[in-house]
Amino acid sequence: MEKLIARALEGDHRSIARLISLVESESPQAEIIMRKIYPHSGKAHIIGLTGSPGAGKSTLADKIIAHFKSLGKTVGVIAVDPSSPFTGGAILGDRLRMQQHAVDPDVFIRSMGTRGSLGGLSRSTQEAALILDACGKDVVLIETVGVGQSEVDIVKIADTVGLILVPGMGDDIQIMKAGIMEIADIFIVNKADRDGADRVATEVNMMLDLLGMRPWRPPVLKTIAERNEGVEEVVSEMTRHADFLRRSEEGRRRRWQRLGMEVEEILRREIAAMVEVAWEKEKSPELFELLAARKTTPYEVAERILGTILTETCD
Amino acid sequence: MSERKVRVIVAKPGLDGHDRGAKVVARALRDAGMEVIYTGLRQTPEQIVQTAIQEDADAIGISILSGAHEYYFGRIIELLKERKASDILVFGGGVIPEDDVPKLKAMGAGAIFGPGTPTSVCIDWLNSAVREKWARETA
Repeated sequence: MEKLIARALEGDHRSIARLISLVESESPQAEIIMRKIYPHSGKAHIIGLTGSPGAGKSTLADKIIAHFKSLGKTVGVIAVDPSSPFTGGAILGDRLRMQQHAVDPDVFIRSMGTRGSLGGLSRSTQEAALILDACGKDVVLIETVGVGQSEVDIVKIADTVGLILVPGMGDDIQIMKAGIMEIADIFIVNKADRDGADRVATEVNMMLDLLGMRPWRPPVLKTIAERNEGVEEVVSEMTRHADFLRRSEEGRRRRWQRLGMEVEEILRREIAAMVEVAWEKEKSPELFELLAARKTTPYEVAERILGTILTETCD
Repeated sequence: MSERKVRVIVAKPGLDGHDRGAKVVARALRDAGMEVIYTGLRQTPEQIVQTAIQEDADAIGISILSGAHEYYFGRIIELLKERKASDILVFGGGVIPEDDVPKLKAMGAGAIFGPGTPTSVCIDWLNSAVREKWARETA
Protein backbone atom coordinates (compact mmCIF):
# COMPACT_ATOMS: atom_id res chain seq x y z
CA MET A 1 0.00 0.00 0.00
CA GLU A 2 2.85 2.40 0.89
CA LYS A 3 4.43 1.72 -2.49
CA LEU A 4 1.15 2.19 -4.34
CA ILE A 5 0.60 5.57 -2.68
CA ALA A 6 4.18 6.65 -3.35
CA ARG A 7 3.90 5.73 -7.03
CA ALA A 8 0.58 7.55 -7.31
CA LEU A 9 2.05 10.69 -5.76
CA GLU A 10 4.78 10.54 -8.43
CA GLY A 11 1.98 10.68 -10.98
CA ASP A 12 1.80 7.05 -12.13
CA HIS A 13 -1.59 6.66 -13.76
CA ARG A 14 -2.09 2.97 -12.97
CA SER A 15 -1.49 3.62 -9.25
CA ILE A 16 -3.75 6.67 -9.19
CA ALA A 17 -6.49 4.61 -10.86
CA ARG A 18 -6.08 1.84 -8.27
CA LEU A 19 -6.30 4.29 -5.35
CA ILE A 20 -9.50 5.80 -6.72
CA SER A 21 -11.05 2.31 -7.05
CA LEU A 22 -10.12 1.36 -3.50
CA VAL A 23 -11.67 4.55 -2.17
CA GLU A 24 -14.70 4.24 -4.41
CA SER A 25 -15.49 0.69 -3.28
CA GLU A 26 -15.08 1.84 0.34
CA SER A 27 -12.41 -0.75 0.97
CA PRO A 28 -10.97 -1.00 4.49
CA GLN A 29 -7.81 0.69 3.15
CA ALA A 30 -9.72 3.77 2.03
CA GLU A 31 -9.13 5.67 5.24
CA ILE A 32 -5.42 4.86 5.30
CA ILE A 33 -5.14 6.10 1.72
CA MET A 34 -6.95 9.36 2.40
CA ARG A 35 -4.88 10.06 5.53
CA LYS A 36 -1.68 9.71 3.48
CA ILE A 37 -2.99 11.59 0.47
CA TYR A 38 -4.63 14.53 2.20
CA PRO A 39 -1.47 16.42 3.23
CA HIS A 40 -0.40 16.55 -0.44
CA SER A 41 -3.69 18.01 -1.65
CA GLY A 42 -4.95 21.57 -1.67
CA LYS A 43 -2.96 22.82 -4.63
CA ALA A 44 -5.27 22.14 -7.56
CA HIS A 45 -7.98 24.40 -8.91
CA ILE A 46 -11.12 22.29 -8.60
CA ILE A 47 -13.72 23.16 -11.20
CA GLY A 48 -17.25 21.80 -11.42
CA LEU A 49 -19.23 21.65 -14.63
CA THR A 50 -22.93 21.09 -14.24
CA GLY A 51 -26.08 21.43 -16.30
CA SER A 52 -28.98 19.45 -17.69
CA PRO A 53 -28.52 16.25 -19.73
CA GLY A 54 -27.41 17.07 -23.25
CA ALA A 55 -26.43 20.67 -22.43
CA GLY A 56 -22.93 19.94 -23.69
CA LYS A 57 -20.97 19.34 -20.48
CA SER A 58 -18.69 16.64 -21.89
CA THR A 59 -18.08 18.44 -25.16
CA LEU A 60 -17.24 21.64 -23.30
CA ALA A 61 -15.06 19.68 -20.85
CA ASP A 62 -13.13 18.28 -23.81
CA LYS A 63 -12.41 21.78 -25.10
CA ILE A 64 -11.63 23.16 -21.63
CA ILE A 65 -9.05 20.39 -21.12
CA ALA A 66 -7.39 21.38 -24.40
CA HIS A 67 -7.24 25.06 -23.37
CA PHE A 68 -5.73 24.35 -19.96
CA LYS A 69 -3.24 22.06 -21.68
CA SER A 70 -2.22 24.85 -24.03
CA LEU A 71 -1.50 26.96 -20.94
CA GLY A 72 0.88 24.23 -19.78
CA LYS A 73 -1.38 22.82 -17.08
CA THR A 74 -1.96 19.18 -16.21
CA VAL A 75 -5.60 18.19 -15.93
CA GLY A 76 -7.51 15.54 -14.00
CA VAL A 77 -11.11 14.86 -14.96
CA ILE A 78 -13.85 13.08 -13.06
CA ALA A 79 -16.95 12.44 -15.12
CA VAL A 80 -19.98 11.24 -13.20
CA ASP A 81 -22.87 9.40 -14.85
CA PRO A 82 -25.94 7.86 -13.22
CA SER A 83 -25.98 4.30 -11.86
CA SER A 84 -29.14 2.29 -12.27
CA PRO A 85 -31.24 2.33 -9.10
CA PHE A 86 -32.42 -1.16 -10.05
CA THR A 87 -29.30 -3.10 -11.00
CA GLY A 88 -26.49 -0.80 -9.86
CA GLY A 89 -25.04 -0.97 -13.36
CA ALA A 90 -24.11 2.09 -15.40
CA ILE A 91 -23.12 3.24 -18.84
CA LEU A 92 -20.30 5.71 -18.33
CA GLY A 93 -20.18 7.56 -21.61
CA ASP A 94 -18.86 11.03 -20.86
CA ARG A 95 -15.29 10.28 -21.78
CA LEU A 96 -16.46 9.31 -25.24
CA ARG A 97 -16.21 13.01 -26.10
CA MET A 98 -12.82 13.44 -24.47
CA GLN A 99 -10.98 10.52 -26.06
CA GLN A 100 -8.60 12.82 -27.96
CA HIS A 101 -6.88 13.30 -24.58
CA ALA A 102 -6.80 9.58 -23.68
CA VAL A 103 -3.14 9.08 -24.53
CA ASP A 104 -1.91 12.40 -23.14
CA PRO A 105 0.25 11.66 -20.09
CA ASP A 106 -0.73 15.04 -18.58
CA VAL A 107 -4.44 14.28 -18.66
CA PHE A 108 -6.14 11.69 -16.45
CA ILE A 109 -9.82 10.97 -17.06
CA ARG A 110 -11.88 8.85 -14.72
CA SER A 111 -15.57 7.92 -15.05
CA MET A 112 -17.67 7.27 -11.97
CA GLY A 113 -21.20 5.95 -11.46
CA THR A 114 -23.33 7.75 -8.88
CA ARG A 115 -23.84 4.45 -6.98
CA GLY A 116 -26.98 5.63 -5.25
CA SER A 117 -26.10 9.27 -4.53
CA LEU A 118 -28.68 11.84 -5.52
CA GLY A 119 -26.83 15.15 -5.42
CA GLY A 120 -25.32 14.93 -8.91
CA LEU A 121 -22.06 13.30 -7.77
CA SER A 122 -21.08 10.00 -6.20
CA ARG A 123 -20.10 9.56 -2.58
CA SER A 124 -16.42 9.23 -3.42
CA THR A 125 -16.15 12.05 -5.96
CA GLN A 126 -14.55 14.36 -3.43
CA GLU A 127 -11.97 11.76 -2.42
CA ALA A 128 -11.19 11.07 -6.08
CA ALA A 129 -10.71 14.81 -6.65
CA LEU A 130 -8.37 15.01 -3.64
CA ILE A 131 -6.36 12.08 -5.01
CA LEU A 132 -5.95 13.74 -8.43
CA ASP A 133 -5.02 17.01 -6.70
CA ALA A 134 -2.42 15.31 -4.48
CA CYS A 135 -1.00 13.37 -7.42
CA GLY A 136 -0.05 16.57 -9.17
CA LYS A 137 -2.88 17.65 -11.45
CA ASP A 138 -3.02 21.47 -11.63
CA VAL A 139 -6.67 21.51 -12.56
CA VAL A 140 -9.32 18.98 -11.52
CA LEU A 141 -12.44 19.17 -13.64
CA ILE A 142 -15.54 17.46 -12.28
CA GLU A 143 -18.44 16.87 -14.61
CA THR A 144 -21.65 16.13 -12.72
CA VAL A 145 -24.45 13.91 -13.97
CA GLY A 146 -27.02 15.72 -16.06
CA VAL A 147 -28.91 17.62 -13.39
CA GLY A 148 -32.35 19.09 -12.90
CA GLN A 149 -33.04 21.90 -10.49
CA SER A 150 -31.65 20.85 -7.17
CA GLU A 151 -28.60 18.60 -7.50
CA VAL A 152 -26.13 21.04 -6.01
CA ASP A 153 -23.54 18.84 -4.25
CA ILE A 154 -20.87 20.12 -6.63
CA VAL A 155 -20.79 23.43 -4.78
CA LYS A 156 -19.51 21.56 -1.71
CA ILE A 157 -16.36 20.36 -3.43
CA ALA A 158 -15.53 22.71 -6.32
CA ASP A 159 -13.74 26.06 -6.08
CA THR A 160 -15.42 27.25 -9.23
CA VAL A 161 -18.78 26.04 -10.52
CA GLY A 162 -19.70 26.51 -14.17
CA LEU A 163 -23.39 26.06 -14.93
CA ILE A 164 -24.17 25.25 -18.54
CA LEU A 165 -27.50 26.45 -19.88
CA VAL A 166 -28.95 26.02 -23.35
CA PRO A 167 -31.60 28.05 -25.16
CA GLY A 168 -35.16 26.83 -25.09
CA MET A 169 -35.35 25.44 -21.57
CA GLY A 170 -37.99 27.77 -20.19
CA ASP A 171 -38.76 31.36 -19.34
CA ASP A 172 -37.28 33.88 -16.93
CA ILE A 173 -39.14 32.36 -13.98
CA GLN A 174 -37.05 29.20 -14.38
CA ILE A 175 -34.00 31.42 -14.09
CA MET A 176 -35.29 33.04 -10.90
CA LYS A 177 -35.87 29.73 -9.16
CA ALA A 178 -33.84 28.60 -6.19
CA GLY A 179 -31.37 25.73 -6.35
CA ILE A 180 -29.04 25.17 -9.24
CA MET A 181 -29.19 28.80 -10.42
CA GLU A 182 -27.74 29.93 -7.09
CA ILE A 183 -24.53 27.91 -7.18
CA ALA A 184 -22.93 29.12 -10.40
CA ASP A 185 -19.75 31.20 -10.36
CA ILE A 186 -19.83 31.28 -14.14
CA PHE A 187 -22.87 30.95 -16.36
CA ILE A 188 -22.26 29.40 -19.74
CA VAL A 189 -24.93 29.59 -22.41
CA ASN A 190 -23.90 26.78 -24.74
CA LYS A 191 -25.23 26.05 -28.23
CA ALA A 192 -25.27 29.81 -28.63
CA ASP A 193 -25.89 29.52 -32.37
CA ARG A 194 -29.44 28.46 -31.58
CA ASP A 195 -32.41 30.79 -31.35
CA GLY A 196 -32.98 32.27 -27.95
CA ALA A 197 -29.37 32.20 -26.71
CA ASP A 198 -29.24 35.98 -26.32
CA ARG A 199 -32.50 35.94 -24.42
CA VAL A 200 -31.21 33.36 -21.95
CA ALA A 201 -28.04 35.40 -21.42
CA THR A 202 -30.03 38.60 -20.90
CA GLU A 203 -32.40 36.96 -18.45
CA VAL A 204 -29.54 35.53 -16.41
CA ASN A 205 -27.87 38.94 -16.38
CA MET A 206 -31.08 40.59 -15.23
CA MET A 207 -31.49 38.02 -12.48
CA LEU A 208 -27.91 38.68 -11.37
CA ASP A 209 -28.43 42.45 -11.40
CA LEU A 210 -31.38 42.04 -9.06
CA LEU A 211 -29.07 40.48 -6.50
CA GLY A 212 -27.14 43.74 -6.23
CA MET A 213 -23.47 44.24 -5.49
CA ARG A 214 -21.53 41.14 -4.52
CA PRO A 215 -17.80 40.50 -4.30
CA TRP A 216 -17.96 38.15 -7.31
CA ARG A 217 -20.48 38.90 -9.99
CA PRO A 218 -20.78 35.70 -12.08
CA PRO A 219 -20.02 36.37 -15.74
CA VAL A 220 -22.47 35.13 -18.35
CA LEU A 221 -20.63 33.68 -21.34
CA LYS A 222 -21.82 32.30 -24.63
CA THR A 223 -20.18 29.25 -26.21
CA ILE A 224 -20.55 26.85 -29.09
CA ALA A 225 -18.55 24.03 -27.54
CA GLU A 226 -18.63 21.81 -30.58
CA ARG A 227 -16.89 24.50 -32.65
CA ASN A 228 -14.60 25.54 -29.79
CA GLU A 229 -16.11 29.04 -29.80
CA GLY A 230 -16.07 31.04 -26.59
CA VAL A 231 -14.17 28.36 -24.69
CA GLU A 232 -11.02 30.42 -24.25
CA GLU A 233 -13.02 33.03 -22.40
CA VAL A 234 -14.59 30.37 -20.17
CA VAL A 235 -11.12 29.16 -19.19
CA SER A 236 -9.83 32.66 -18.54
CA GLU A 237 -12.87 33.50 -16.37
CA MET A 238 -12.36 30.25 -14.45
CA THR A 239 -8.78 31.24 -13.78
CA ARG A 240 -9.85 34.75 -12.80
CA HIS A 241 -12.30 33.22 -10.33
CA ALA A 242 -9.55 31.07 -8.81
CA ASP A 243 -7.45 34.24 -8.35
CA PHE A 244 -10.40 36.00 -6.79
CA LEU A 245 -10.85 33.15 -4.30
CA ARG A 246 -7.17 33.18 -3.45
CA ARG A 247 -7.12 36.79 -2.38
CA SER A 248 -10.63 37.59 -1.18
CA GLU A 249 -12.44 37.26 2.12
CA GLU A 250 -15.13 35.36 0.21
CA GLY A 251 -12.53 32.81 -0.85
CA ARG A 252 -11.35 32.30 2.70
CA ARG A 253 -14.94 31.89 3.88
CA ARG A 254 -15.56 29.23 1.26
CA ARG A 255 -12.38 27.34 2.03
CA TRP A 256 -13.22 27.26 5.74
CA GLN A 257 -16.76 26.22 5.06
CA ARG A 258 -15.58 23.36 2.91
CA LEU A 259 -13.00 22.19 5.46
CA GLY A 260 -15.73 22.28 8.09
CA MET A 261 -17.96 20.15 5.89
CA GLU A 262 -15.15 17.63 5.38
CA VAL A 263 -14.73 17.21 9.14
CA GLU A 264 -18.48 16.97 9.67
CA GLU A 265 -18.77 14.35 6.94
CA ILE A 266 -16.10 12.14 8.53
CA LEU A 267 -17.66 12.57 11.98
CA ARG A 268 -21.04 11.64 10.64
CA ARG A 269 -19.68 8.56 8.91
CA GLU A 270 -17.84 7.36 12.06
CA ILE A 271 -20.85 7.96 14.28
CA ALA A 272 -23.15 6.21 11.81
CA ALA A 273 -20.87 3.17 11.97
CA MET A 274 -21.05 3.15 15.79
CA VAL A 275 -24.81 3.51 15.72
CA GLU A 276 -25.10 0.60 13.33
CA VAL A 277 -23.05 -1.69 15.57
CA ALA A 278 -24.92 -0.69 18.73
CA TRP A 279 -28.34 -1.06 17.13
CA GLU A 280 -27.44 -4.51 15.73
CA LYS A 281 -26.60 -5.62 19.28
CA GLU A 282 -29.74 -4.14 20.82
CA LYS A 283 -32.25 -5.45 18.27
CA SER A 284 -34.37 -8.35 19.47
CA PRO A 285 -37.85 -9.82 18.91
CA GLU A 286 -38.69 -8.87 22.53
CA LEU A 287 -37.80 -5.26 21.89
CA PHE A 288 -39.94 -5.16 18.77
CA GLU A 289 -42.85 -6.68 20.77
CA LEU A 290 -42.48 -3.99 23.41
CA LEU A 291 -42.40 -1.28 20.76
CA ALA A 292 -45.41 -2.71 18.93
CA ALA A 293 -47.40 -2.93 22.15
CA ARG A 294 -46.43 0.68 22.92
CA LYS A 295 -44.84 -0.41 26.20
CA THR A 296 -41.80 1.58 25.24
CA THR A 297 -41.13 4.25 22.63
CA PRO A 298 -38.52 4.57 19.87
CA TYR A 299 -37.32 7.67 21.74
CA GLU A 300 -36.56 5.71 24.91
CA VAL A 301 -34.85 2.94 22.97
CA ALA A 302 -32.72 5.43 21.06
CA GLU A 303 -31.82 7.24 24.27
CA ARG A 304 -30.68 3.98 25.88
CA ILE A 305 -28.59 2.98 22.86
CA LEU A 306 -27.02 6.41 22.74
CA GLY A 307 -26.20 6.01 26.44
CA THR A 308 -24.42 2.70 25.75
CA ILE A 309 -22.46 4.21 22.87
CA LEU A 310 -21.34 7.13 25.00
CA THR A 311 -20.26 5.03 27.99
CA GLU A 312 -18.49 2.53 25.72
CA THR A 313 -16.53 5.20 23.90
CA CYS A 314 -15.59 6.92 27.16
CA ASP A 315 -14.14 3.71 28.62
CA MET B 1 -19.93 -0.67 2.54
CA SER B 2 -20.30 -0.30 -1.18
CA GLU B 3 -19.22 -3.50 -2.95
CA ARG B 4 -16.64 -3.63 -5.67
CA LYS B 5 -18.20 -3.36 -9.12
CA VAL B 6 -17.11 -5.05 -12.29
CA ARG B 7 -15.78 -2.30 -14.60
CA VAL B 8 -15.63 -3.05 -18.30
CA ILE B 9 -14.41 -1.00 -21.26
CA VAL B 10 -16.47 -1.50 -24.41
CA ALA B 11 -14.41 -0.30 -27.35
CA LYS B 12 -14.55 -0.14 -31.12
CA PRO B 13 -11.06 -0.04 -32.59
CA GLY B 14 -10.26 1.07 -36.08
CA LEU B 15 -12.34 2.49 -38.84
CA ASP B 16 -15.34 0.17 -38.76
CA GLY B 17 -18.34 2.21 -37.73
CA HIS B 18 -20.86 -0.50 -36.91
CA ASP B 19 -21.53 0.01 -33.23
CA ARG B 20 -24.95 -1.59 -32.83
CA GLY B 21 -23.43 -4.80 -31.45
CA ALA B 22 -21.17 -2.94 -29.04
CA LYS B 23 -24.14 -0.96 -27.77
CA VAL B 24 -26.28 -4.07 -27.27
CA VAL B 25 -23.49 -5.68 -25.26
CA ALA B 26 -22.85 -2.47 -23.27
CA ARG B 27 -26.52 -2.26 -22.36
CA ALA B 28 -26.67 -5.95 -21.37
CA LEU B 29 -23.63 -5.59 -19.12
CA ARG B 30 -25.18 -2.51 -17.53
CA ASP B 31 -28.34 -4.48 -16.79
CA ALA B 32 -26.16 -7.16 -15.22
CA GLY B 33 -25.01 -4.54 -12.69
CA MET B 34 -21.65 -3.72 -14.23
CA GLU B 35 -20.12 -0.30 -14.86
CA VAL B 36 -19.52 -0.01 -18.57
CA ILE B 37 -17.16 2.63 -19.88
CA TYR B 38 -18.08 3.25 -23.49
CA THR B 39 -15.29 4.75 -25.58
CA GLY B 40 -17.11 5.28 -28.83
CA LEU B 41 -15.91 4.65 -32.35
CA ARG B 42 -12.57 4.73 -34.10
CA GLN B 43 -10.29 4.14 -31.15
CA THR B 44 -6.61 3.35 -31.44
CA PRO B 45 -5.18 0.49 -29.38
CA GLU B 46 -3.21 3.10 -27.41
CA GLN B 47 -6.39 4.99 -26.52
CA ILE B 48 -8.14 1.79 -25.48
CA VAL B 49 -5.30 0.59 -23.26
CA GLN B 50 -4.78 4.01 -21.67
CA THR B 51 -8.52 4.25 -21.00
CA ALA B 52 -8.53 0.83 -19.35
CA ILE B 53 -5.65 1.87 -17.10
CA GLN B 54 -7.14 5.22 -16.03
CA GLU B 55 -10.52 3.63 -15.43
CA ASP B 56 -8.94 0.73 -13.50
CA ALA B 57 -11.03 -1.59 -15.65
CA ASP B 58 -11.25 -5.31 -15.02
CA ALA B 59 -11.79 -6.13 -18.67
CA ILE B 60 -11.70 -4.72 -22.19
CA GLY B 61 -14.40 -5.85 -24.59
CA ILE B 62 -13.59 -5.26 -28.24
CA SER B 63 -16.13 -5.27 -31.01
CA ILE B 64 -14.72 -5.76 -34.51
CA LEU B 65 -16.57 -6.31 -37.74
CA SER B 66 -13.86 -5.21 -40.12
CA GLY B 67 -11.72 -8.33 -40.31
CA ALA B 68 -8.76 -6.65 -38.62
CA HIS B 69 -9.22 -8.59 -35.39
CA GLU B 70 -5.81 -10.23 -35.41
CA TYR B 71 -4.00 -6.92 -35.55
CA TYR B 72 -6.14 -5.18 -32.92
CA PHE B 73 -6.25 -8.02 -30.40
CA GLY B 74 -2.51 -8.52 -30.83
CA ARG B 75 -1.65 -4.86 -30.44
CA ILE B 76 -3.92 -4.29 -27.43
CA ILE B 77 -2.60 -7.35 -25.60
CA GLU B 78 0.97 -6.31 -26.40
CA LEU B 79 0.39 -2.77 -25.08
CA LEU B 80 -1.15 -4.14 -21.89
CA LYS B 81 2.02 -6.21 -21.39
CA GLU B 82 4.21 -3.15 -21.98
CA ARG B 83 2.24 -1.21 -19.40
CA LYS B 84 2.43 -4.12 -16.94
CA ALA B 85 -1.35 -4.36 -17.05
CA SER B 86 -1.75 -7.88 -18.38
CA ASP B 87 -4.09 -8.68 -15.52
CA ILE B 88 -6.79 -6.75 -17.41
CA LEU B 89 -8.90 -9.32 -19.28
CA VAL B 90 -9.44 -8.98 -23.01
CA PHE B 91 -12.48 -10.42 -24.76
CA GLY B 92 -14.40 -9.61 -27.86
CA GLY B 93 -16.92 -10.32 -30.50
CA GLY B 94 -18.17 -9.33 -33.89
CA VAL B 95 -17.52 -10.98 -37.20
CA ILE B 96 -14.63 -13.27 -36.36
CA PRO B 97 -14.22 -16.57 -38.26
CA GLU B 98 -14.22 -19.72 -36.08
CA ASP B 99 -10.80 -20.62 -37.45
CA ASP B 100 -9.25 -17.46 -36.05
CA VAL B 101 -10.54 -17.96 -32.51
CA PRO B 102 -7.75 -20.32 -31.35
CA LYS B 103 -5.15 -17.85 -32.65
CA LEU B 104 -6.71 -14.96 -30.71
CA LYS B 105 -6.92 -17.09 -27.57
CA ALA B 106 -3.28 -18.07 -27.94
CA MET B 107 -2.41 -14.35 -28.03
CA GLY B 108 -4.17 -13.94 -24.69
CA ALA B 109 -7.81 -13.17 -25.46
CA GLY B 110 -9.98 -14.63 -22.72
CA ALA B 111 -13.07 -15.31 -24.81
CA ILE B 112 -14.50 -14.60 -28.25
CA PHE B 113 -18.25 -14.41 -28.70
CA GLY B 114 -19.49 -14.89 -32.22
CA PRO B 115 -22.70 -13.63 -33.80
CA GLY B 116 -25.83 -15.05 -32.17
CA THR B 117 -24.26 -15.58 -28.75
CA PRO B 118 -26.86 -14.82 -26.05
CA THR B 119 -25.67 -11.88 -23.95
CA SER B 120 -26.12 -14.06 -20.85
CA VAL B 121 -23.21 -16.25 -21.99
CA CYS B 122 -20.96 -13.21 -22.17
CA ILE B 123 -22.18 -11.94 -18.78
CA ASP B 124 -21.60 -15.30 -17.09
CA TRP B 125 -18.12 -15.59 -18.52
CA LEU B 126 -17.22 -12.04 -17.43
CA ASN B 127 -18.61 -12.48 -13.94
CA SER B 128 -16.61 -15.60 -13.27
CA ALA B 129 -13.42 -14.46 -15.04
CA VAL B 130 -13.40 -11.13 -13.18
CA ARG B 131 -14.00 -12.81 -9.83
CA GLU B 132 -11.04 -15.09 -10.51
CA LYS B 133 -8.97 -12.01 -11.33
CA TRP B 134 -9.98 -10.40 -8.02
CA ALA B 135 -9.07 -13.58 -6.16
CA ARG B 136 -5.60 -13.49 -7.78
CA GLU B 137 -5.19 -9.84 -6.69
CA THR B 138 -5.82 -10.56 -3.03
CA ALA B 139 -3.78 -13.80 -3.07
